[in-house]
Amino acid sequence: MMTKQLESPLFESLASQYDMLILQNQDSTKTYRTEAMEAFRKLGFPSVKNEEWRFTNILPVVKTNYELPATTTVDAEQINKAQELISNTYSKLFAEDEVYRLVLINGVFVTSLSRLPEQQGVHLCEIKEATEQAAFQEHFGKILNIKDNAFAALNSAMYQDGVFISVEQNVIVEKPIHIIKVILAEQAMMQQSRDLFVVGKSAALNVVESYLTDIAQPVFLNAAAEVVLAENATFNHYDIQKSDANLRIIQRTEAAQKKHSNYSNYTFTLPGASFVRNNLALHLNDDEVQSHLYGLYLTADSQLVDNHTEVHHKMPRGESNQLYKGIVMDKSKAVFNGKIFVYEDAQKTNAFQQSNNVLFSEQATVNAKPQLEIFADDVKCSHGTTIGQLNKEALFYLKSRGIGETQAKQLMVKAFAFDVAEKIQIPALRSYVEGLIETEMESR
Amino acid sequence: MLSIKNLHASVEDKEILKGLNLEVKAGEVHAIMGPNGAGKSSLASVLAGRENYEVTEGTVTLDGKDILELAPEDRAREGVFLAFQYPIEIPGVSNINFLKTAMNEIRTYRGEAPLTAKEFLQRSREKQELVEFDAKLVNRSLNEGFSGGEKKRNEIFQLAMLEPKLAILDETDSGLDIDALRIVSRGVNKLRGGNNAFILITHYQRLLDYIVPDFVHVLADGKIIKTGGKELALELEEKGYDWLTKN
Repeated sequence: MMTKQLESPLFESLASQYDMLILQNQDSTKTYRTEAMEAFRKLGFPSVKNEEWRFTNILPVVKTNYELPATTTVDAEQINKAQELISNTYSKLFAEDEVYRLVLINGVFVTSLSRLPEQQGVHLCEIKEATEQAAFQEHFGKILNIKDNAFAALNSAMYQDGVFISVEQNVIVEKPIHIIKVILAEQAMMQQSRDLFVVGKSAALNVVESYLTDIAQPVFLNAAAEVVLAENATFNHYDIQKSDANLRIIQRTEAAQKKHSNYSNYTFTLPGASFVRNNLALHLNDDEVQSHLYGLYLTADSQLVDNHTEVHHKMPRGESNQLYKGIVMDKSKAVFNGKIFVYEDAQKTNAFQQSNNVLFSEQATVNAKPQLEIFADDVKCSHGTTIGQLNKEALFYLKSRGIGETQAKQLMVKAFAFDVAEKIQIPALRSYVEGLIETEMESR
Repeated sequence: MLSIKNLHASVEDKEILKGLNLEVKAGEVHAIMGPNGAGKSSLASVLAGRENYEVTEGTVTLDGKDILELAPEDRAREGVFLAFQYPIEIPGVSNINFLKTAMNEIRTYRGEAPLTAKEFLQRSREKQELVEFDAKLVNRSLNEGFSGGEKKRNEIFQLAMLEPKLAILDETDSGLDIDALRIVSRGVNKLRGGNNAFILITHYQRLLDYIVPDFVHVLADGKIIKTGGKELALELEEKGYDWLTKN
């Protein structure tokens, strides 16, 4: 057992920080935090001997000595900086009246930079302010699996900030909510945020998450999110991961779906953050649930980007559709691990998974592992994984028309990536992401 | 224009072309016919610069310039165009963007300014009309979901847009129904001129009823074994190739 854990001084400093934190904790999360910390102590930091972390060595992430901010406040200078970053980066993304905007600096809500929905039936606040809300009490901590996930357990024990959004039944949130996570740090810092999204019966929500950073030292973001979809609810959840090489992200998003609900997750990772581990777990807990998982990773330099997905078909007639595509450049490394479980009761399930990877350089690595575990007998399931170079015949065709090698490759990579990008349902976001891909490819 | 001398080429150490000679002058249309496996498509591939072909001997020059030393894209920029026997489908790459990129790379190579969007569109419209290419297909992904005939017509449309010196049509007629064959042939006939030349690689004399060649060559076992006028094609249609290869 011990060999599956990594020794790290970070473990000790987190443990003592936790002791301080739990002493001060006054709210209803105390029992949960205590249990979570026990789970974390038992699990420890996973080593590569742990099957789930076989291709992803977290040693470089946990050996840094991070500052663990006890209290977080935001000053005027930081607000100015954030404002500057936002207008430099997103001025072309959304027009002012197209989206709501929620800005957090190091996890703290900044209302002066935000434009929040004022619609009836939409509740949005910092997670620590949400403890008295009915939706929080009903769902918080009920979805995330902390028993097997060290980082999720650690987050559950120690999270200090995050976003709570709850949409009441029949409420359609008209515009997407863009959550901009600004991280400003001069020192190495570890931040743990925890989100809870609850979408009520027949309600609809679109959320776009993205990062903006100004960091001189490594910042480790250990994030977790719980997502609840009530009957017939719709939630399109976008995560655009483009940031700084100093940023390290480990996150777990876990969603629970009721009958006829439709959850779509879009996780797009671009060159930047040196270490990214996305865990996405969906629980199709009811009849006729629909889930879509779209992923794109365009990796460069010595990035490591790891996507682990789990789809749990627990009840009949569910449909899950998964498409992950990767373009792996330079010395970067990508990992894709997709599991589909079809439980005994989940008859008539349709579950599809596709993972396609293009190695763009001799030194790039991809580890892809699809896994299917099926316990029902009347289901349609398929999975396909490809790892390859660009199609040589197609390259030759383009070149035979006078297009040079570099241009030809760029055209093909864009085509490969746009296949996933076109699933984005917000036109402005789609062209923004396509633009990011184009810029990345053209700079190479 | 094109001068091929004693060309030897092999694929994976198997010799396919065994001393081929061919002279093509501006304004001419040459048909190359021959039995299966004679090396007809290999000749097209070697001229276009397909990677897995190795030239072991001989020279190929286009207007005096050695093209065997050039990368495929530079051959295209020098004016060589291959209409593929099996045009590739490239999902996600739009036909029109692809053509625009190609045209502008060729123009840049020749020291010409890239076309403006307006000029490009105008030219595209003109050529679509000239070769009877459906405007709807222009905006689709490159050959994706096109029928066999549509793919071949797209090759001719590209040919019209790029205006090469030398166009090699590799079995463009195979698998075409008679209407598509007529359209393709009409396109090629309109594009024929005093400054360009065509090499038609085909199995069937039928194509040559529509595109009348100046010369017909028989390619067998890696060499041109007989050359004649358009009437040679009729003779081949009637007698096959055995009378030429058996001696």
